Amino acid sequence: MHIKEEKAERHTLAVIVDNEPGILARIAGLFTARGYNIESLTVSEITSDKSVSRITIVTSASPSTLEQIVAQLDRLVPVHRVHDLTAEGEHVERELALVKVAGTGDHRIEALRLADVYRARVVDATISSFVFEVTGTTDKIDKFVELMGEVGLLEVARTGIVAIARGKESA
Amino acid sequence: MAEKSGADILIEALNDLGVEVVFGYPGGAVLPIYDAIFKQKKIRHILVRHEQAATHAAEGYARSTGKPGVVLVTSGPGATNAVTGITDALMDSIPMVVITGQVATHLIGSDAFQEADTVGITRHCTKHNYLVKDPADLGPTIHEAFHIATSGRPGPVVIDIPKDVQVATARYTKPGPIQHKTYRPQVKADKTLIESAVEMLAAAERPIFYTGGGVINSGPGASQLLRELARITGAPVTSTLMGLGAFPASSDQWLGMLGMHGTYEANLAMNQADLIIALGSRFDDRVTGRLDAFAPHARKIHIDIDRSSMNKTVRVDLPIVADVGHAIEDMVRIWKGRQHPKPDLSDWWRRIEGWRAVKCLDYPEDGNDIMPQRAIQALYEATRDKAPIITTEVGQHQMWAAQHFHFESPNKWLTSGGLGTMGYGLPAAIGAQLGNPNALVIDIAGEASIQMNIQELATATQYRLPVKIFILNNEYMGMVRQWQELTYAGRYAESYSDALPDFVKLGEAYGWKGIRIEGNDALDDGIAAMLAHDGPVIVDCRVAKLANCFPMIPSGAAHTDMILQAAEVSGEMDDEAKALV
Repeated sequence: MHIKEEKAERHTLAVIVDNEPGILARIAGLFTARGYNIESLTVSEITSDKSVSRITIVTSASPSTLEQIVAQLDRLVPVHRVHDLTAEGEHVERELALVKVAGTGDHRIEALRLADVYRARVVDATISSFVFEVTGTTDKIDKFVELMGEVGLLEVARTGIVAIARGKESA
Repeated sequence: MAEKSGADILIEALNDLGVEVVFGYPGGAVLPIYDAIFKQKKIRHILVRHEQAATHAAEGYARSTGKPGVVLVTSGPGATNAVTGITDALMDSIPMVVITGQVATHLIGSDAFQEADTVGITRHCTKHNYLVKDPADLGPTIHEAFHIATSGRPGPVVIDIPKDVQVATARYTKPGPIQHKTYRPQVKADKTLIESAVEMLAAAERPIFYTGGGVINSGPGASQLLRELARITGAPVTSTLMGLGAFPASSDQWLGMLGMHGTYEANLAMNQADLIIALGSRFDDRVTGRLDAFAPHARKIHIDIDRSSMNKTVRVDLPIVADVGHAIEDMVRIWKGRQHPKPDLSDWWRRIEGWRAVKCLDYPEDGNDIMPQRAIQALYEATRDKAPIITTEVGQHQMWAAQHFHFESPNKWLTSGGLGTMGYGLPAAIGAQLGNPNALVIDIAGEASIQMNIQELATATQYRLPVKIFILNNEYMGMVRQWQELTYAGRYAESYSDALPDFVKLGEAYGWKGIRIEGNDALDDGIAAMLAHDGPVIVDCRVAKLANCFPMIPSGAAHTDMILQAAEVSGEMDDEAKALV
């Protein structure tokens, strides 16, 4: 016997939660407990009194599982609301990466040139290294990191995806 | 206003919430709370013999009274022992509040003596949980916990209280009605959805009500409204294991339980229906059988208070999020307001009568051996006029009880449905007896299950609770053995109940009356002797050892593939079926 898997779609969810202890464990644990995937998860406070956080989750699942994920998240007591940004319409996704590159001579010059093409900023420099800050879609950052691999890539730190719906409505 | 210790705040809050009984077990991290209990008289503490039993007793109390069950246990092993019962309450939507002691706040995370990460461990087996680090938060947290446990889809809530928070002082005032920031269950249904449901029901030719534990959770009023809805529509009613009693078994419209060990008529009616109205039920895998063959001709209406139950396993045509009692009330009102005549379902009923005529619950008898079904029937006949509360353990005896014991009203049938916890029945019976001191409470058990919380015999003795245990003793973990017979060619791996105790002597050692019943001749007299004794009684009823529980839908099969008798069963199942067991 073999285990069958359903066809998955990639969706980005915005989960607005009360900023209480353990909330991240509650949400991450829900995904593992029910066998859902997390491709990316970011969390940050979004109100001045720090009482509310916004969690952006990128997940891959079949349409019926996605419906369950939204319902299960919404059922958690500290969750204010859940938006499936992918299902609800157009939205903008961005990710930020810090990319450390070491090298001298041609590599160093090529790294700077590519950084310029990708609108990456230099946020730290030594005689033999740079740290670039680059923002964009996941694809763009993937590509930038791949190119840096040719010119002395040392280390990458990425934020994961944050996303917001286009237009005047708020989540 | 004077400040009080956290322990005193807890007691006062429980008083304000109307708590009368707490099931618990003391230990180092709850000593301040036990001292506060010692100094008061309003709340009765019931000392169990194992923390798991405290949770099941609280479930039994809750399910039989409609009030939340309250548990008090210590940190570490006290909390981890409670986890099974907490999970059980989550699966069966039982309102329960569990107070756990915790090591002092400065010791948390230091691997202190009897420290366990209780909020971490119980995060996914509770509806919600709290770690209270400030005694000033204790009062509001306790009130919120009861609100969450008892409203919406009920469930267990854990409050973890470090020992220093129990000792430190703060002010406490009784809060007003709770308006939670984020938690607002939807109780009333959208009116247009109810109207659509009524139209679908009025137009259906082959409708069926498929009811569940949600009807019982919604309160006795919901069960009354269900009867009215069934009366005015004339549609047949079936129920899940958890929903038994919401609709009277004596009604002509009652088809019996559905699902894996449900009746032929209930499962065939589900299979042939053109409209299924699911009321407070959740299309569990034991109910649906093979999903792609489940109710292929039916449009489906699903009314449930939990949105995540909608379209979880079965796609429905009309999901309605609401408290099922309110929704049925609205349906009845709109149906009557539109003056719908009672539909002519005579063709549908003729087909159902054909399935009923199969008499799927009949069983073969052989000599003087007591068939387990016969024992349940005899128990039912002897007690039906007393409207007993029945609890069960888990296994064959549980299914036979569900098939052959019949219920007229809700809150009389307490069983572990979702989690299937052996060892549930005796502590649940103790909890039910405490909540219903004058009721006849019987735990229908198996000889294997009863040993899982056998230590609770002492609890019943201590509090003079006249609970009865009726063991169907076939010397096997019968359901395991049955599956091994049907799917593993009779290779009975570890399913024989060897080295059984003498249950009569065991009961006597705990101060119970013990009765052994052997042979059909002794059955009625044995039951009469059990009922005649005004204290606790343990009955060791020896039944046919190899009886199987039928009818049965084999794992991974459709409702139409129901097995009625053992002769229809082949020796070995394929791997896909085995994986689903």
